Amino acid sequence: MGIMDQFLQQLINGISLGSIYALIALGYTMVYGIIKLINFAHGDIYMVGAYIGFFCITILHWPVLPALVASMILTGILGMLVERFAYRPLRSAPRISVLITAIGVSFFLEYTMMYFVTPQPRTFPSVLEDAAYHFGPFVVNNQQIMIFAITIILMAILTYIVQYTKVGKAMRAVSFDTETAQLMGINANRIISVTFGIGSALAAAAGVLVGIYYNSIDPLMGIMPGLKAFVAAVLGGIGILPGAAAGGIILGIIEALVSGFISSTFRDAAAFAILILVLLFKPSGLLGKNTNEKV
Amino acid sequence: MNALRKADLKAIIISLVVFVVLQALLSTNSLDAFWQLNIILICINIILSVSLNLINGYTGQFSLGHAGFMAIGAYTGAVLSVNFHMPFIVSLITSFVTAAIIGGLIGLPTMRLSGDYLAIATLGLGEIIRIVIMNVNYVGGAAGFMGIPRHTNFAWAFFVMLFVLFFIKNYVNSSYGRACVAIRENEIAAEAMGVNTTKYKVLAFTIGAGFAGVAGCLFAHTFYIIHPSSFTFLASFNYLIMVVMGGMGSITGSIAGAFILTTVSALLSNWPELRMSIYALILIALMFYRPQGLFGNIEITSLPVLKRFKGGKQK
Repeated sequence: MGIMDQFLQQLINGISLGSIYALIALGYTMVYGIIKLINFAHGDIYMVGAYIGFFCITILHWPVLPALVASMILTGILGMLVERFAYRPLRSAPRISVLITAIGVSFFLEYTMMYFVTPQPRTFPSVLEDAAYHFGPFVVNNQQIMIFAITIILMAILTYIVQYTKVGKAMRAVSFDTETAQLMGINANRIISVTFGIGSALAAAAGVLVGIYYNSIDPLMGIMPGLKAFVAAVLGGIGILPGAAAGGIILGIIEALVSGFISSTFRDAAAFAILILVLLFKPSGLLGKNTNEKV
Repeated sequence: MNALRKADLKAIIISLVVFVVLQALLSTNSLDAFWQLNIILICINIILSVSLNLINGYTGQFSLGHAGFMAIGAYTGAVLSVNFHMPFIVSLITSFVTAAIIGGLIGLPTMRLSGDYLAIATLGLGEIIRIVIMNVNYVGGAAGFMGIPRHTNFAWAFFVMLFVLFFIKNYVNSSYGRACVAIRENEIAAEAMGVNTTKYKVLAFTIGAGFAGVAGCLFAHTFYIIHPSSFTFLASFNYLIMVVMGGMGSITGSIAGAFILTTVSALLSNWPELRMSIYALILIALMFYRPQGLFGNIEITSLPVLKRFKGGKQK
């Protein structure tokens, strides 16, 4: 296999990994866009989503699609509950208090989950037959096609909701200027709640897809992807939905290339190095607009 | 000035009394090995939380990379002790210098950022430090660095801690410290008043990082072995929680936070999952009901009760 073929193969792996980052990053960026909070608990919401999917498939013996939908709905509700009980009481508190609460929620989800499901990783059942398709020199497997297809479908639905429905319009309005939106008769609390719901549902889908792709889930699986999805959101321009999607895919590709050509141990370092470079040279992200600081 | 020196003298005397009492308890073996270790750990955590408080609490720069600097100090100290057979004090000082230099180098570009971006950038840098260490075979890589001599005893930990406390107390009460507080309160206003904000921010970051390195060196020489996984960002969160719990901008608070949380986690060490859940709930409850932390930005010496005794305990 030549270096070019290897490059293309890593590109395919990168796109499927990147789709997962993109799904998580969308939730991050939506929440950040609307209440300016780095929701550290988002990665753990994704972990809970993976576990719900796991239990639907193993205990209830559901096929994969109903399990995915059930996991999205339940996790969406969990996201709304977290917002209602942990973040809403602090709406007018300093940003740092909310950030620390988010860290607290993250720990709480991780270790409460660990208490109930034990820290041991679990093997996600293989729900798809292992079929690989050869396109010339490179290989695409079933799981990768499924991840990519589901990501595209969910992104299309999200775009429809945000651009063409009343809730979506309200979301954009609240994210642009919360107070003015409230003056126009929008119930900001409800919209924020819906945003958390949608974001968490997307994260849950990512969780189930990761379970299918890597066959293994554990209660701390959300920490790293959560952080990397945040990197992806910053890379694309935080608060911008297409930015999060693009950032996720780009990050996935870079990671796949780094682990393919340099060393897989430097994978995580690459993500953070990108983050720091973006923050230093274009803090508004690839698709973001520059804003000036006012006194 | 004289009154301040008197207060310092009193504080030193009280600290010495505390030291003698604890040392007596230790040398008569009244405490079992587990608590002997935890007393040293409390001293180390106090150094970490007070140095983080200088960055986060006094200067208002939200850093989440403290464990990275601790790792630099730990590995520097371990390499000097094991491979070069240096005396402990040389390891400690070199740990400080290395961590401070790297902290300064990292601080220069990142201190241009603020708020959330700074938090996430420092978190990323801390992780990069850890991942780089993990890939260096000279220091054991992912398997960890073993066979470090056990130089840290209670006396070392206590007196290094005392030195750090006095250093940071004097720093924040100096013109440098006032510049830091001005930056925390309003960076733009501070700049307009002629405070060189970049200089003071980077300086606070450098000093904080250096002392984290010292704590790391003490840590390495307590446990025989150091491992990259001891220095993840979760460890940084842990020190942040100590600072926030005690109160951002209060040295007394950082001492209390480090003491309480280290003790609580030692008491709950048999139930690791419950421990972290309880930790998390404490943190959330704290943000709901007392977001400024136990002490806010007040020192124990300025509490009304102690005002009556002139001077009081300055810790």
